Amino acid sequence: MVDITITVNGTGHSLSVPDNTLLSDLLRENLRLTGTHIGCDTSQCGSCTVELNGRAVKSCTVLAAQANNGSITTIEGLGTPNDLHPVQAAFRDNHALQCGFCTPGMIMTAIEMIKDATEPLSADQIRAGLEGNYCRCTGYQNIVKAVLAAQTQLRSV
Amino acid sequence: MTTKTGIGASVLRKEDARFITGTGAYTDDLSLPGQVYCVFVRSPHARAIIKSIDTTDAESSGGVIAIFTGEDLRSDGIGDLPCGWLVKSKDGSDMLAPSHPAIATTHVNYVGDIYAMVIAETIEEAKNAAELVEADFEVLTPVVDVATATTADQIHENVPNNQCYDWELGDSAAADGAFANAVHVTSLDIVNNRLIPNAIEPRAALGNHDAASGSYTLYTTSQNPHLERLILAAFVNVAPEAKLHVISPDVGGGFGSKIFVYAEETAVIWATAKVGRPIKWRAERIESFQADAHGRDHVTRAELALSGDGEFLGLRVKTIANMGAYLSTFASSVPTYLYGTLLSGQYKTPAIHVEVKSVFTNTAPVDAYRGAGRPEATYVVERLVETAARELGVDPAELRRKNFIQPSDFPYATPVALTYDTGDYEASLERALSLAKYSEFAKRRNESEANGRKRGIGFSCYIEACGLAPSQVALSLGAGVGLFESAEVRVDVTGSVTVMTGTHSHGQGHETTFAQVVSDKLGIPFENVTVVHGDTSKSDYGLGTYGSRSLVVGGSAIATATDKVIAKAKKIAAHMLNSTEEQVSFDDGIFKIPDSNESLSFGEVAFSAYVPGDFPIEELEPGLSEKAFYDPANFTYPAGTHICEVEVDPGTGTTEIVSFVAVDDFGTVINPMIVEGQVHGGITQGIGQAMLEHGVYDADGQLLTGSYMDYTMPRADDVPDFIVDTTVTPCTHNPLGAKGCGEAGAIGATAAVMNAITNALDVKELAMPATAETVWRAITGD
Repeated sequence: MVDITITVNGTGHSLSVPDNTLLSDLLRENLRLTGTHIGCDTSQCGSCTVELNGRAVKSCTVLAAQANNGSITTIEGLGTPNDLHPVQAAFRDNHALQCGFCTPGMIMTAIEMIKDATEPLSADQIRAGLEGNYCRCTGYQNIVKAVLAAQTQLRSV
Repeated sequence: MTTKTGIGASVLRKEDARFITGTGAYTDDLSLPGQVYCVFVRSPHARAIIKSIDTTDAESSGGVIAIFTGEDLRSDGIGDLPCGWLVKSKDGSDMLAPSHPAIATTHVNYVGDIYAMVIAETIEEAKNAAELVEADFEVLTPVVDVATATTADQIHENVPNNQCYDWELGDSAAADGAFANAVHVTSLDIVNNRLIPNAIEPRAALGNHDAASGSYTLYTTSQNPHLERLILAAFVNVAPEAKLHVISPDVGGGFGSKIFVYAEETAVIWATAKVGRPIKWRAERIESFQADAHGRDHVTRAELALSGDGEFLGLRVKTIANMGAYLSTFASSVPTYLYGTLLSGQYKTPAIHVEVKSVFTNTAPVDAYRGAGRPEATYVVERLVETAARELGVDPAELRRKNFIQPSDFPYATPVALTYDTGDYEASLERALSLAKYSEFAKRRNESEANGRKRGIGFSCYIEACGLAPSQVALSLGAGVGLFESAEVRVDVTGSVTVMTGTHSHGQGHETTFAQVVSDKLGIPFENVTVVHGDTSKSDYGLGTYGSRSLVVGGSAIATATDKVIAKAKKIAAHMLNSTEEQVSFDDGIFKIPDSNESLSFGEVAFSAYVPGDFPIEELEPGLSEKAFYDPANFTYPAGTHICEVEVDPGTGTTEIVSFVAVDDFGTVINPMIVEGQVHGGITQGIGQAMLEHGVYDADGQLLTGSYMDYTMPRADDVPDFIVDTTVTPCTHNPLGAKGCGEAGAIGATAAVMNAITNALDVKELAMPATAETVWRAITGD
C-alpha cells in the first residue's frame, strides 16, 4: 500500500491504496469521479485524460503514486451545467459529442491544446493535437469546430 | 409549426449537459453496495477440445468467491444463446445453428471464447485467480479462411461443410437470360473486409439478485434492453420475464455491436443469484476486439450485364459470408434480407439473382455493424457500376442517370423483394455533382499530375432499407420477433409531458429529437418534454435501436400517441368550451372554436383532465396519457450520392481525401444538426473501412488486430471536413415522413472512396483497406 495526498478539483484527499493502483482507478473507484472514462486501458483512446499539475495526462497509464502531492483537474472540476467552462460550452454549441463517452477526455485535451498554443491554432493543428483521442461517433469535424470556437473565446479574455 | 425548437430546427441537445460535465451514468460508472467483480477466462486457441478444467489453485487464490464453468450453467438449466432470425436455404431447409453456450462446455471455437468465469472481491483478485484456472485442451486445426471453409474440417457436429445456409433471392433464369443478351459484362471479385466495431465504451454488465423477491436487475450496455430481457427470460431461462429488470443507462456508442445478447451479461446475471452479491464486469479493450461481434467479412463474385447503350440488363452475385464460430443474435439476417434485397440499388436492373452461402469459421461471431448488409450491397453495386462506366468509356454520372429509377416509377417493385415508396435519385446526384465541382475535376487532375500526384474521383449512389420493419414481413421471412415500436405520451397535471419509448439512444440524441416532435405537435415548450428510455420497467415492450429505426418507427409511435392525446384533449376542450369536438381546432398549443374569442391552452385542458371538475366525466375517463404501438407499413428507403476525391502520392502510396460530398435524402428532417452529425460519423466509419480498418486472423486463428496499436480506426487527422447536404422526398407511409439517417454515411462512403482511389491509380480492383502500403504496391507492382 502507498499513502497518497492529492488535490482533486480543489479538494484535498489523503488515502492509502495498493501500489499498482492507476490514477484512473483512484479517481473512478476511490473518489467516485466517474466522468473520467476507461476506453482501452492502454493509453490509446484518450477517454481517461485529466489534467495533472497543469499537463493533460492519460490517467490509465499513470500510477496513483506518481500523482502524489499533485494537483488534478477532472471533467467534474471544470464547470457546472449553469456555469460551463468555455470548452464545455463550445462542445455543446457545436454538437461535438454524440454518445458522450470520449467527451471528457476530448475536452481535457482541448483545454491543454488551447492553453499551450502561442498562436491561434489552425484546424489542421487541432486535428493533429487530437491525435491521441479516439471518437467513434462524430467524425471529428464538429470537435474541431468546437475547439476553434472555444479558442477564439479563450484567447479574447 | 416550425419554431426554434420544433420540427426542422437545429436544437442543441438536452443530453449534453450531463455528458460535458462528466455526470453521465454509463454502466461501469454505476456501483451497488457489496458488489464483487468478474473476470472471464478466455480460450487462447481458435479451436480445441476442452478435456478438463482444474480450478483448484484458482479457488484458493485470495479474495475468490466463486468460479463457474459451462457445466455449472448447463446443469442449472441455462440455455444456449439463440439466433433470432431463421433463414431457410434455397432447398427449403432450415439454416443450421450450432449450440452456443454462454460458457463453453466441450469445445472452444475462437480465440476469446469463454470457458470459465471467476468472481472475486476485487478486480485484481479476480484477474489473479483467472491466471490460475488450468484447462487441458486438445488443440485442433482451426478453420479460418472464409472462402474455403466449406471444404475444411467440420467445426460443429451438426453443421456439415461448416455451412449455415445456402440462400438465394431473385430469378436465376431471368438473370441468366439477361447475361445471354448482354453486349458488355463487367465482373468483379470483391472482398468486404472484416471490421471490429469498437464503440469507445467497452461492453459492461452490473447484475443484482434480490433473494426476497426472486427478481433480478441487470444494468448493461444494450441497444435494446427489452430484447435483452426477452431473450434472457424466454430462451436462456435466467428468470421469468416479470422477474427480470433490464436497464440500459447511458451507453457509449453501439454501431450494432450492442444489439446482441452476449455470454458475459448472461453469465453475470445468472451468477448473481449463486453468489448472493451484485457482480460487475467491464470488458478490457482486448476483450472488445476478441469477443464483440465483428462486422462485414464477405467474399463475392459479382457481374453486371449491360446493353450496347449502357442499359443495365442483369446482375448476378455470389457471396460467401462469414458467421464466425457461432450464430450471434441476428447474424443470419445480415447477409440475406439486409443484403440481397438491396442489390437493385437506385437502378432499374430488371433481372437480379443473388446466392449467399454463410459459413462458420473459428473466428469471433460476425453480426450487424453500422449499415449491416447494406454497405456490402452498396459496395457490390457501386463498384460494379463505376467499373462498367470506365470499361465503356462513359461518364460514371451519366451511366447512373441513364439507369436510375425515375420519380414517376414509384412505387417501384425491385426484382429482389422490396418496394421503394419514393425518391428522387437524380436530384441528389445533381446536387452532389455541383457541390463537388465535378465539371472542373479534369482541371484539378491535370494540376495534380503536374505536381507529380495522382488524383481520382469516385461516386456512390447508395440506397438502404431502414425502419426495421413491418412485423408480418419480418416474421414471414424468419424473424423471431415483431419489429413495431412502443410509445407512451404521459401528460402531467401541469401540462408538461413525459415520453416513454422502447427505442434506445446511445449517441443519437433521442431525448432532443423526440422532444422536438412532441413539443411541436402539442405546442408546448421543448423544455417541458422529457424523454425516458432504456428501462424495461418504465417503457412498454419495444425493440430498441438499430437499422436507423428509432425516429422512423419509434418516432412514428410517439407521433401517433401524441395524436391520441390531442384527440382526447379536443373532447375535453369541447366540453369546457360548450362546443363539439368537431368544432374545436387545435393549433400551436391553443384550443379554439370558430367565431369566438374563447380559447384554452393545452395546460388548462391537461389540468382539467386530472382535476376533472369541468370535465365530461360521463363520457371520458379522467387523465391524459396515451400509448401507441406503431408497426411500419413498409421499410423506408433513404438514398443519396456520395462523391469522394482523393490525391495519391505515388512515391509513398499515401492517399489524402481532398474532398468528400454527401447529399442524402432522409425524408423529413427533425433536427438538421443531429442529422449532419450522424452523417459525419457514418462517413468516417465508411472511410475507416476503405482505408484503415481490417480485422485480421492468422492461419492459426490468432487475432492479429487485437488492440488499438494493430487495428487502425480513423483519428482526427485521418479525415477531412465533409460537405453534406440533403434533398427531401418525404416517406409516404409514416406520420413524420422520415426515412432514417444513422447508417447512410457508413453505407455510402466506402464505395465512393474505393472508386476514387481505383480511379486515381487506374486499376480495376484494389483490396480494402487501401492503406499506403496497398496503394504503393498497386502503383509499383511490387
